[in-house]
Amino acid sequence: MVVEMKTPLSDDVVLAFKAGDEVAITGVLYTARDAAHEKLKRLILKGEELPFDIRGQIIYYAGPTPAKPGRAVGACGPTTSRRMDPYVPLLLQHGLKGMIGKGRRSSPVVQAIATHRAVYMVTTGGAAALLSRHIRKAEVVAFPELGPEAIYKLTVEEFPAIVATDAYGNDVFA
Amino acid sequence: MGYGCLREISVDRVAEAVKRLCIESNVIMPPELTAVLEQALVREESIAGRSILRQILENHRIAAEEDIPACQDTGVVVVFLEIGQDVHLTGGDLFEAVNRGVRAGYIEGYLRKSVVKDPLFRRENSGDNTPAVTYVEIVPGNNIRITVVPKGAGAENASALRMLPPHAGLEGVKRFVVETVEAAGPDACPPYVVGVGIGGTFDRAPLLAKKALVRPLGARHGDPRYAALEQELLEEINQLGIGPQGLGGRVTAFAVHIETGPCHIASLPVAVNLGCHVNRVARTTL
Repeated sequence: MVVEMKTPLSDDVVLAFKAGDEVAITGVLYTARDAAHEKLKRLILKGEELPFDIRGQIIYYAGPTPAKPGRAVGACGPTTSRRMDPYVPLLLQHGLKGMIGKGRRSSPVVQAIATHRAVYMVTTGGAAALLSRHIRKAEVVAFPELGPEAIYKLTVEEFPAIVATDAYGNDVFA
Repeated sequence: MGYGCLREISVDRVAEAVKRLCIESNVIMPPELTAVLEQALVREESIAGRSILRQILENHRIAAEEDIPACQDTGVVVVFLEIGQDVHLTGGDLFEAVNRGVRAGYIEGYLRKSVVKDPLFRRENSGDNTPAVTYVEIVPGNNIRITVVPKGAGAENASALRMLPPHAGLEGVKRFVVETVEAAGPDACPPYVVGVGIGGTFDRAPLLAKKALVRPLGARHGDPRYAALEQELLEEINQLGIGPQGLGGRVTAFAVHIETGPCHIASLPVAVNLGCHVNRVARTTL
């Protein structure tokens, strides 16, 4: 059974999902990969304002291909989440509520997800053409100089994912 | 085709072919890949695994239909050029022509530019996915065979090399291959194609592994002992239970391909180059 998830996320919303749930997300996702995470971290450590309010939001570990004329976005599947592990506790402390990527997380990340009542979801790596059909709009909101690694604000409809780590610390990969 | 029959080929033709193959390899999945996915769907017992395999098949269809890449990681481009020794290349620098082809393919084909100019200090995107990693081999004849392999980082990052001592033998090789796949687990987009290079030197073994990945799916090693080892490793890997996207299941790999080479009396190098389920390869002959 597929459960609907709407963004932004609150503690109550997040607590309703269990590891293994199939979800269909409608709302907003922000893309960020390695370089964008490094920039977000530096801004936080310098006490500067972030380019978007991360409270209650979901970060999607992705860097799309360029959109062809007339399309909202190019192919847009997940990248390997593990590379972003070092940044996760800091972002969760600042209010991030969800992440989407592929593969496992380290145990400190799983613990931080439980501590901060957040959720980590996976979606099918390599199914980027299929996933792009669920993206209605894509706009660069930060770090355009990073090219494919810029932060895109994606408006999504019934974007398919599976809860991998829930807010209780259960992990489908454990 | 005969020896001694000199043939002039303009590097512009190489550039044009590389451009076309960059786009084609990312958008159109080879029929043998679709075939192994369909076989995997029959074999897979896990519900989650079957659902992922269906998504992957659907993804191939959508990519071709909408003329967009199957995966957003359109990779760094690895180009193998097998150049006949009776070919005379005209019209400019060969490597520049390969990069011109990559640049045109990645810009005109709306593919993602995923190459940084410097690996460590500035990591600035080159903006056009150049340079390619180009290997040239001189072979008999007067043709040029071009193989284009867009290689994503997920599976590349999970690849490994081990310089085993000769006494590690068959068991040592098997253990290292299976351990490498196990360590990659769900992270590098299983089901995998596993390229294994055995022998050569520290630098040659990974190249053999990459060549193994490029071999058409379903083709076996010519030596029956290695062909049997490919099958045996595939069965062991599929006992790991990782399954499609690591959600559990029988299909962790589609295939294991081995390439081998002579090596030093004191060495047994083994390299494992993982390919994700979007194992893209496109070829042509000029």
